[in-house]
Parts: sequence; C-alpha cells; structure tokens
Amino acid sequence: MRNMLRVSIEKIREINRRYSNPRIKMSRGVRFALLMLRLYLIFLVLILAYKFATMTVLK
Amino acid sequence: MNFVSLLYYKYRRFAKTMSIFALVLGPGIIVMVADNDAGGITTYAVTGAKFGYSFIWVELLLLPVAYVCQEMTVRLGAVTKRGHAEAIFDAFGSFWGWFSLSDLTLTDWLTTVTEFIGMTAALSIFNIPPPLTVLGAIILIMAMVMSGRYWTWEKIVLVFCVLNLIYIPAAFLVNPPVSAILREGVIPGFPYGLNNLVFFFLMANVGTTIAPWMIFFQQSAVVDKGLREKDIRWERVDTAVGSCFTIAVGVFIIILTGTLLRGVNIESAAEAAILLMPINKYVGTIMVIGLFDAGLLGAICISLTSSWAFGEVFGWAHSLNYKIGQAPWFFLFRLIILVTAGAVVLIPGAPLILITLFVQVIAVTLLPAALTFLVLLLNQEDLVGKYKNTRLQNIVASIIVGAIIILSTLYGVSALFPELFK
Repeated sequence: MRNMLRVSIEKIREINRRYSNPRIKMSRGVRFALLMLRLYLIFLVLILAYKFATMTVLK
Repeated sequence: MNFVSLLYYKYRRFAKTMSIFALVLGPGIIVMVADNDAGGITTYAVTGAKFGYSFIWVELLLLPVAYVCQEMTVRLGAVTKRGHAEAIFDAFGSFWGWFSLSDLTLTDWLTTVTEFIGMTAALSIFNIPPPLTVLGAIILIMAMVMSGRYWTWEKIVLVFCVLNLIYIPAAFLVNPPVSAILREGVIPGFPYGLNNLVFFFLMANVGTTIAPWMIFFQQSAVVDKGLREKDIRWERVDTAVGSCFTIAVGVFIIILTGTLLRGVNIESAAEAAILLMPINKYVGTIMVIGLFDAGLLGAICISLTSSWAFGEVFGWAHSLNYKIGQAPWFFLFRLIILVTAGAVVLIPGAPLILITLFVQVIAVTLLPAALTFLVLLLNQEDLVGKYKNTRLQNIVASIIVGAIIILSTLYGVSALFPELFK
C-alpha cells in the first residue's frame, strides 16, 4: 500500500514536470480571471450542496 | 448522359456519400444520445409533469448550443489527435490540468451514480432486485470492450442509441394536442413565473443537454476512432444529427408527461412510468425500457470518459482498440468507477432522486470552466491551424458561457434568498 502510494506520488510529480512549461503563455490578468471563474463556480456548487443538504434533512 | 444513366450516377454518388458518412458517424451521435441519460430522462419527465409544454422552447434553443459546443471538440480532436485532458495539461500546465481533471472525475462519478439509479429504478418495476441490475449492467459494460476494437464497441453502442429514440413514437401514442404544444411550448415565456424551482429546472435542462463530460468524451472518441482533418466535415454532420436526436427525445418526453401527467407531482422517470402503466400499458413500458437504456448508455460513455482522461494524462495505454490485458489500468480504472458508483445506489436510504436532479445542475455549473478552456485552445493557430475558431464562433461560445454563468448565479441567489423570486 505504501509502495503504491509512493509510486503514485512519483507519477504525479513526473506529470507535473512534463507539463511544467505550458504551451499557452497566459498573462497574469488572464490567469487571475480564470482562477476567479473557477473559484466562483466552486462557490456556486457549494451553494448547491447546501441546498441539497437542507432538502435531504427536510425530507 | 441519358436520364437512366444520370439517375444511376446520382444514386451511386449518394450511396458513396452515405457509405463515407456511415464510416465516420459514431462519436457525435453517441455523445449526444448518451447525453439523454437516466438523469436526463428524469429531468425531462419531471419538467413535463410540473410545467406542461412550457419548457419546449428551452430545449429547441439548446439544439444549436449543443452543436456549437460539441463541434469545437471535433476540430480539436481531429487536428491535434489528442484527448481533451491531455490538451489542457499541455496547453495550460499541470495546475489547470489537475483542476479540470478533478472537476471531470467528480462530475463523471456522480453522473455514473445517477445512471445506476435510473437502471435499478427501471428494472425494479419488473421486480428485478437492484443488486442484480447493478451486477448485470457492469458485466455487460465490461463485456462490450472484450473485442479490443473501437469499431465493434461503437456499433454495439449505436444499437443502444437507436433504442433511446423509443420515446419519439411513444409521444405519438398519447395523441398530444398539437395546437397546445405550439401555443405553450414554442413561444418563449415563463407562465409559471421566475422562482427557485423554475431556475432549478432551467439549469437541470441545460445541464442535461450540455455537460463537461461530453467535451472530453467526443474529443477522445474522435481520436480513438482515428478520425483525421479530412473527416471533420462528416463528423460535423454526425454531431448535427446527434444534436437533433437528443433534443427530439427531450421534447417528446416533455410532450408525453406534459400530456398525461401534467400537474401530477412526480419526482422521477420511474415514478412517471409506474403512473403511466394503468393509463397506457405500452407507453409505461416504453418509459421503463427507455430509462434503463438511457442509464446504460450513460454509464457506458461517462465511465469511459474518465478512463480516457486519466489514461491520457498518466500515459497508460488507453484505447478501446486494446484488449483488457493490453491496457489493464485503463479498464481497471473504468471498473472501479462503475463498481463504486453502483455501490452507492445500494446504500439503504440514500436520497437517490435528489441526487439525480442535483447532479445535472452541478454539471452545468462547472461547464463554463470547461468551455472556456475549449475556446482558448481553439484560438491557438499553432495548435489547430486553419481550424481555429472564427470571430463568430468565439462570440457565440462566449454568449453560451456568459448565459450559463448568469443562470447559475440566479439559481444560487434564489437558493439562498428564495423570497426575492416569489
């Protein structure tokens, strides 16, 4: 199990190294906008999760 | 050339054109029809019962939207010959790649749960116990890939796709009032007002027509099938035909339940089928068969999407053109998704119906992120050459992204402050 975990972590590190130089060079503004979009969408999903949880409890 | 020769020549040309199309068709039709999965059928059935025909115009509006989104993946896959996950990692780096991959995995797994919910609910009506349904479905799905040929798998799935169209004749069996459909369904409007429930179902209907997994699936399927740039023209036709099928099925299910079950408080397609049985035995049975088929199609395609994505990123052999022994991680990953998703359905007391509807909404909420990356990729001339997005395509895609974000926000606000939309 520990060995599998070590192999997986090493694999993930290798993937990170392979893709460390992205082909598209985004400006700081674009990266910030994309990050804000992602975080905002996750925030909306959390609201959904809250709604789901309250509806489940009510039922 | 005399008339007979000319006729013969035109027939031969037509036959050749159809045979070329028959070779290429597959990814577009499969992704679109599989999009009418168990959650989708439930969404349409409940929409028709709650709102009558008034959502039909929404579905019609989603036809070009679905086509526009999916057509972009065709170009990207055929030109780059890489799956969407790999394309994101390569273009944007590992941070965005992992973000997209984790989004995809979560929504795919949740959606696969809803497929098993649909399949077990459908076969429970025929007194088949859920554990047997789950086991049978998993065995069938894994058996389909034993041939080690993408083409064989595709032809089998296309048979299930044809079965998914069963709702179309079913709607005619109930003698729907055409004038009411045209009056209530085709003219845009919100006769039931704009409130939390309407926003929820708007989101659910959008989410059941376009979802992040579709972007990843079609691109990977185009690559696995070996389609090239010269096939893009035909794959566009394949995608357009698929879009028509998916919207037609949605509209006809809304017509079916909007005619027979309007005002009846149903929460799932299975419930609709049970209520329809005494009204019209054939329609009820069609609903059950269609629900099972939709769940099976969805489980087949969505589990494959995640496996393809992980295979592309982790560098495993990841093609349906391999036998199980040649791509063990690819098939094992898929089996894990299916087994864990199926197991959730067997948990006693799990709120399965709520899960089904909410997953559609979660999927569409995360869609703008996936679409944004897709559009950014298709604006890289060094990546896609002459198949780069035109200005019009960029504008249309931006409008779609903006509309979904606004709709998601409205739903979020209405969920937190319901009194604002009374």
